[in-house]
Amino acid sequence: MTTNLFSRSTPWDLRTRTLMTILACITFFAVIFISAWLYGEQGQVTNLGLRKLPPSWERPFGTDWLGRDMLARTLKGLRLSLSVGLTAAACSAFIALLFGLAAAMLGRTVDLIVTWLVDVGMAVPHLVLLILISFACGGGAKGVIIAVAASHWPSLTRVIRAEILQLRSADYIKLSRQFGKGPYWIARRHLLPHVIPQFVVGMLLLFPHTILHAAGLTFLGFGMSPHTPAIGVLLAESMRYLSMGLWWLAVAPGIALIVSVKVFDMLGNNFRALLDPRTSQE
Amino acid sequence: MLEGRKLAFRYGEEREWLFKDFDLRIAPGEIVGIPGPSGRGKSTLAKVLSGYLIPQEGSVFVDGRPLSTSGCCPVQLLFQHPQLAVNPRWKIEAIMRESEEPPPELLRGLAIDPSWLGRYPHELSGGELQRVCLVRALGSQTRCLLCDEMTSMLDSLTQVSIWRTLLNIARQRELGLIVISHDYALLKKLCARIIPYFED
Repeated sequence: MTTNLFSRSTPWDLRTRTLMTILACITFFAVIFISAWLYGEQGQVTNLGLRKLPPSWERPFGTDWLGRDMLARTLKGLRLSLSVGLTAAACSAFIALLFGLAAAMLGRTVDLIVTWLVDVGMAVPHLVLLILISFACGGGAKGVIIAVAASHWPSLTRVIRAEILQLRSADYIKLSRQFGKGPYWIARRHLLPHVIPQFVVGMLLLFPHTILHAAGLTFLGFGMSPHTPAIGVLLAESMRYLSMGLWWLAVAPGIALIVSVKVFDMLGNNFRALLDPRTSQE
Repeated sequence: MLEGRKLAFRYGEEREWLFKDFDLRIAPGEIVGIPGPSGRGKSTLAKVLSGYLIPQEGSVFVDGRPLSTSGCCPVQLLFQHPQLAVNPRWKIEAIMRESEEPPPELLRGLAIDPSWLGRYPHELSGGELQRVCLVRALGSQTRCLLCDEMTSMLDSLTQVSIWRTLLNIARQRELGLIVISHDYALLKKLCARIIPYFED
């Protein structure tokens, strides 16, 4: 049996497959949001007649010790975690864009200050910073968002700053100046097309971090309050019931969290492939 | 037309002068060669003459007026590595149009294939990309072209075809041409006059 490496018989080319993957990822998140909305109040309603039921066809994620449907709770938890993560990632990426631009364009002093801040931010362990800031901000969704946004910008800032510094000394930027193009024109046509993909991909790749850190903070008790159905809260609660054999309380939300983080990671990587000219036309 | 008066340049106060009291005059349609081994400052001179670097002493004039820093520069520089002189995220069409819309006869003269227009720079070979850069540099404002080792990375067949076309265009439009190269044989073939300033 011989296999030919050069003629892969896939029905679509790589570009179409990348686009399909991106579409599938977006559909996945749409399904989570819509079904969480469709479930309405169901996740909070206690039904003592249906306590501690293991997963079945009727209730794929089982029920907890108060008879609440775990699928509904997981979906709602994911929705909350995703919105918190998305807000935090967007804020973080925006801070990174501002700082990166400022460091590269506004001269030496600003650059020194920003790089120093970046070094400090990267030297402090994330979780310590997260707990401190979240605690100082009073916890809750607000605390988590502020803490995650304030601790995740340094790496992307560094990338954006380096990108612009490198671009500014590139031959084609100097050439553009010789063609009589002004700084605004150069920034819009030459710099932005380089920085925007970094920004978008950086934000998408920040997102898995932010969800996991938000869930981690909540799990440790410094984030969302116990009665909100966040993924971290679900996982923390399930700890107490694991020894009683209610394994599905931890496994189902845990897998759901891992899957959504992985899907977002896929989304980011496929976006990068699409936006980079070296891979976009393959 | 292009004139350099008493040019001097060095990178930093305590460094050696790369050139000092350098005078240069080029008439329209004249082709001048500047030979010399690597590291003597030929490329720096090219950057000074085309306005990329400001000389510490002396100045550059075009038609008797100092080289202006605003607007499209009448002296255009062609680099040794065309890959570095184009934005990797732009398609060929956008690259060629950066200064102005290239006339179709120029595209035909330089054998620019229409199928390149939708491609990215990394999808073209060095010789093809150098011709794209040439189109971009040959805007209607351009009076003088500085070729800094323009074809030294290319094979001899491509070299010949590029130089033949460029010499034709230079003759038609009365462009001044400065050819910088360590390849003395090439300069002797191309240039009417050779300035041996950077030679031993």
